[in-house]
Amino acid sequence: MMRIPPAALIGLFFTGLYFFVAIFAPWIAPYSMTEIVSDIPWDVASAQHWLGTDNIGRDLLTRMIYGGRTTIFIATAATILSFTLGSVLGLTAAVIGGWVDQAMSRFVDLIMSIPTLIFALVVLSVMPVTMPILILVMGLLDSTRVYRLARAVAVDINVMDFVEAAKLRGEGNRWVIFREILPNALSPLVAEMGLRFIFAVLFVSTLSFLGLGVQPPNADWGGIVKENKDGIVYGIPAALYPAFAIATLAISVNLVADWVLNRTASLKGGRG
Amino acid sequence: MTDALLKVKNLKIGARIYPPGEKPKDIDIVHGVSFELEKGKVLGLIGESGAGKSTIGLAAMAYGRGGVELTGGEVWVNGREILHTSRADLRHLRGLEVTYVSQSAAASFNPAKRIMEQVIEASVHAGKFSKKDAEGRARELFAKLGLPDPDNIGDRYPHQVSGGQLQRCMTALALCPEPDLVVFDEPTTALDVTTQIDVLMAIKEAIRDTGVGALYITHDLAVVAQVSDEIMVLRMGDMVEHGTTDQIINNPREDYTRDLVSVRSKQHEGQAPTDNPILRVENVTARYKGTNFDVLHNVVMELHPGQTLAVVGESGSGKSTTARVITGLLPPREGKITFDGRELSADLNGRTREDLRELQMIYQMADVAMNPRQTVGTIIGRPLEFYFGMKGAEKRKRIVELLDEIELGEGFIDRYPAELSGGQKQRVCIARALAAKPKVIICDEVTSALDPLVADDILKLLENLQKIEDVAYLFITHDLATVSAIADSIAVMYQGKVVRYGPKAEVLSPPFDDYTDLLLSSVPEMRLGWLEEVIANRKMESAGN
Repeated sequence: MMRIPPAALIGLFFTGLYFFVAIFAPWIAPYSMTEIVSDIPWDVASAQHWLGTDNIGRDLLTRMIYGGRTTIFIATAATILSFTLGSVLGLTAAVIGGWVDQAMSRFVDLIMSIPTLIFALVVLSVMPVTMPILILVMGLLDSTRVYRLARAVAVDINVMDFVEAAKLRGEGNRWVIFREILPNALSPLVAEMGLRFIFAVLFVSTLSFLGLGVQPPNADWGGIVKENKDGIVYGIPAALYPAFAIATLAISVNLVADWVLNRTASLKGGRG
Repeated sequence: MTDALLKVKNLKIGARIYPPGEKPKDIDIVHGVSFELEKGKVLGLIGESGAGKSTIGLAAMAYGRGGVELTGGEVWVNGREILHTSRADLRHLRGLEVTYVSQSAAASFNPAKRIMEQVIEASVHAGKFSKKDAEGRARELFAKLGLPDPDNIGDRYPHQVSGGQLQRCMTALALCPEPDLVVFDEPTTALDVTTQIDVLMAIKEAIRDTGVGALYITHDLAVVAQVSDEIMVLRMGDMVEHGTTDQIINNPREDYTRDLVSVRSKQHEGQAPTDNPILRVENVTARYKGTNFDVLHNVVMELHPGQTLAVVGESGSGKSTTARVITGLLPPREGKITFDGRELSADLNGRTREDLRELQMIYQMADVAMNPRQTVGTIIGRPLEFYFGMKGAEKRKRIVELLDEIELGEGFIDRYPAELSGGQKQRVCIARALAAKPKVIICDEVTSALDPLVADDILKLLENLQKIEDVAYLFITHDLATVSAIADSIAVMYQGKVVRYGPKAEVLSPPFDDYTDLLLSSVPEMRLGWLEEVIANRKMESAGN
């Protein structure tokens, strides 16, 4: 039986909670996402509306739940995309080396030299903003970071004797990449994944806040902040709930990632 | 109080270990060791890895490295107890009264500072000498240690001197503050035999001339026999035997000491070459990419079926590069490799799977030669699957057979490399090579990272397997004792050339060329006075000088 440290337990609990709520949003949310349930904008919290209502009188808790669903879904999908793409390409570049590595790495440098947010804003302002496009843009842009990390880790592993032994045996690149190198590169990649997921949450929220992310009437946490930011002037906390949600999600995911990192790093006594 | 320089009483040392999947637990690594050392005497601490010899050496400075804790007993230096003394007192002790020479001088010097600055740092910092006096003293020590150009060598950076010279600089560093005790922790282990001998002599003379006491830690009994007055044999944190050097070498009381003394006596009856060599290296000249000089010049050697060819030389002589050329990792500039009558493609990618299967390799560092995330079963099973398409029960049966051959047994099949000892790891690597049913195995320094007794077992295992599987070994090593234990023919390499080649009996009998003579005479022998004799009779300076 493995023991889970308390910090990881807390992280697991809240991460699990967020994902659970996101998946089962339609069954959990008390109202419909777009339904206007109150005549009063920014109504105070009550038994019917636990978090009050938003700027046009929709139930804020419902908006938060649906918003979390959208945000988490986009962030997860983008992270998975960036990791699959980034790590496979990064490991491949490290193993093949030579001009293939040069070409890929310089291309990635080129992309990385343009600030991500500006790049995304430009692309999204000419493309139709739909969810698949959003995921694709975020995933591709983020994969450059993952590529860098994966390549750096793999270059070190690639010169180890056991990789040389595999090459001398005649193994193809596929075996070398996925069976020899990837398992040994997993620890830093998993840790990075936790971090990247949070950046993805922040990124999609930023885009929505700027009006280029999730489009109304669909909710997401960045959008909720945007819709309710004027209320802050009047002392209405509606815009703070999404901020709080993002912060707690970030902390819990990182607690889990730390624990996974520790576990994989010390697996079978190997330290790293 | 007696006036012993160092007095260790019932010293106990513990550490906390973190076994995978279990709670951390505290273990004892030294259980109650006691000894005394008088002024100006040298005590050799000897044992295998894990014997606690370095830990005891550092305890003389009241220091526990890497989470190691001094849990009990007393250590007295110059008549005062140092385990429970103040930090200020310890600061004065370390680096002034007791100094330390580590195994790897290259890793211990700061590469960004000049040697002189580092040699005098402790003395000047503690105010023992003025900068000028300390520099004068350092120059004297440089001269005493036989370093070239002693007046100016201190102005160089660590990378500008050779490994053997740097080790002597480190000895100067330790002796500079006029300490009472120096702890030498395997100071010559990382050096070539021919360089080791000079460093050893320099250290011995420096100890004698300055009159310091010393703890000399090593795993090589033949080395310690040359420098120490007394020897203490340690095993797994316990003292096995303690006596004068003469008594330990010539008249050991304990079985374990007897094993250590006789460990290098294994001999192998060399066989005559056959008509059809299995592997021929023909006039190979090679250089590394991006350089403009050849590291191998016209290398010629032959390996005969079922026999062993030992390739001997010091680091940088090109022996491992030869292996890289044979395996196809480094295509040669000129010359070719013939295997079993057919010419092998120069490049790894051009070789057939059959070529690859018949030529296997075993590495020096078994730790990094196995994927830490694969089990022993996967590691040995992969060649079976890859070359012979074995699966399921058939594969498992063969894995178990191989595990039996390497004397480990079925119980190891699900273990990870980290759960094996150094010798067991090397055995698994041997099994992985054998799994391919090769005709030739290249063994690259396979025993040099192992303790002498373990290395001896590995050599015996390799010899037995050679008889069973009829496989030929190309055995790369810098250790001549290993050569006489296993080789049928020998190729001596020096600066990228084969300087002497032939059947073992021929190569090892006079008349010798100068380099082979130097190499042969540099192998430490387990008798007193050997060092002085060799130095007196040498014809050639070693390359690392």
